[in-house]
Amino acid sequence: MAEVVLETQALTMRFGGVVASDNVNFKLRARELRCLIGPNGAGKSTFFKCVTGLLTPTEGQVFMRGQETTGWMPHQIASLGVGIKTQTPNVMDNLSVFENIWLAARRFHSVDEAKHKAEAVIERLALNSIARSDLGNLAHGERQRVELGLVAVGDPWLVLLDEPAAGMSAEDVERMTEIIHELTKTAAVVIVEHDMQFIRSIAQTVTVFHQGAVLMEDHVDKVMSDETVRNVYLGKKAG
Amino acid sequence: MQDRMGKDVMTTLVVAGGLIWLLPQLVSTYTLTVLIIYGMLGFSLGLIWGFGGILCFGQAAFFGLGAYTYAIAAINIGESTLPMLIAILVPAIAALLLGAMMFYGRLTDVYLGVITLVVTLILFKFINSTAGPQFVIGTARLGGFNGIPGFQTLNVPGDPDAYIWGDAYYYVCAVMMVLVYLLVSALLRSSFGRIAVGIRENETRMSLMGYDVAARKTILFAIGAAIAGLAGALFANWGEIVTPGLFSLGQSAEIIIWCIVGGLGTRFGPILGAAGLAYLKFALGQQSLIDNTLITGLILVLFVLFLPKGLVPAISSLWKVSFARRSPSRVHQARRMRNRGRANG
Repeated sequence: MAEVVLETQALTMRFGGVVASDNVNFKLRARELRCLIGPNGAGKSTFFKCVTGLLTPTEGQVFMRGQETTGWMPHQIASLGVGIKTQTPNVMDNLSVFENIWLAARRFHSVDEAKHKAEAVIERLALNSIARSDLGNLAHGERQRVELGLVAVGDPWLVLLDEPAAGMSAEDVERMTEIIHELTKTAAVVIVEHDMQFIRSIAQTVTVFHQGAVLMEDHVDKVMSDETVRNVYLGKKAG
Repeated sequence: MQDRMGKDVMTTLVVAGGLIWLLPQLVSTYTLTVLIIYGMLGFSLGLIWGFGGILCFGQAAFFGLGAYTYAIAAINIGESTLPMLIAILVPAIAALLLGAMMFYGRLTDVYLGVITLVVTLILFKFINSTAGPQFVIGTARLGGFNGIPGFQTLNVPGDPDAYIWGDAYYYVCAVMMVLVYLLVSALLRSSFGRIAVGIRENETRMSLMGYDVAARKTILFAIGAAIAGLAGALFANWGEIVTPGLFSLGQSAEIIIWCIVGGLGTRFGPILGAAGLAYLKFALGQQSLIDNTLITGLILVLFVLFLPKGLVPAISSLWKVSFARRSPSRVHQARRMRNRGRANG
């Protein structure tokens, strides 16, 4: 069995009286692709933010490659070699595509190496034609793709993506799927998503969240045909 | 890359050389000297605000701190070289401490403004209340609202009797300004500068890429304060007296107006804004028909309404548009230039 790269133990996050993340035990192995699904407000994004350091969990621990990272700052977690993409596109709007990707590469490489790395990633993601354009002038799908480039250029061993397919055209989603598959050759990937279509096309193992807790964790086909999961998605009471 | 850098340095030297030679034919060197000093002060805020996204309402605090540090050190030491260095160091260290507190405390935007504003106010009130004889540092009395007069002004390093004043002092200030400009240009071209611009654009993204945003902002803030401190020390030498007015809110607000009018995100904009508006204020001060703060306010309003990006970006985009029209094949290049414009100023 491959090494465990991400593990949470009894992770709990409370906002006042609301328990957004409830006693989550989660394990992810190297080069695994895992989707986190669940209806709105199920606690997927809160869990994601606790893992990436954007929030500090109220209780419980987070481990990455065996090292405890609970309460670390996002930049410390990213420095370990973890690539993170947030829900809303987080890019540098007034800088060019090249400059954006170069900045991401520079964190782990020297000036010249970063230039080569950035050029390679631009080539790989087919961004050549827009490499000199400012991010602010690009279409939503292109911005999402560039943000994936920012993540990929750091050669991460763990990639955390929050709703990468949100608001994208079918063609863009297809391209995104390819990129993600390529990432899984070297990294474990966690995708938070509620677009079932996308999940069906990409997922192997799926973790279902409901009311902050893990409802079930199984192969995508089993999850999709599960009565409880269907009820949760349709807003019925979970049996 | 190397090539572009050399070209940039050459352009800077040629333009600066031309201006340094030309301007004394139009304006007295005494006035020019203070315009350059204000230019440097505007430049310091232009660096941290325009390239680092740190809106500091208290740049005057570092300016005043530099001036007072110079005056106090000059009285105690009696020779100007070391006091000049201390006057750069003290504001930089103050900014490191203040910056670390603010940025590690994850303060942003408006809170940053409030804190820097309050620090300036505290310094202003404190210095104003130091009139009593008990407020002494070494042999220098702080002097309260009367300020500190009669300190050793700039001399040739190592020779306290060879004062640098008048035209010579103008050239010293001009050369200092060019040096600071070149150093900051090099900084902005370096990885540190490019990362700083990235942080201005999107802090969350930069920290998710693994950059320690707080540390980098603190360092940039301190560099800005060091430049403001140098400007303050030069101002002390020019005025031959330092007063609490240096820390005033009016002064702080003016620096922000200089940057907006001149053009944020450019190197030359804040210098032009500072020198231009300061000269206007000086010219308006010679008549009594209209109050000059009214004019400054009007200019700010007009710029915010009609030229929100400021003078330099407006002129350069106008120039590029007409340049591109003449040779269509250059349109693409012009667009590239524009894209690069914000990063390079």
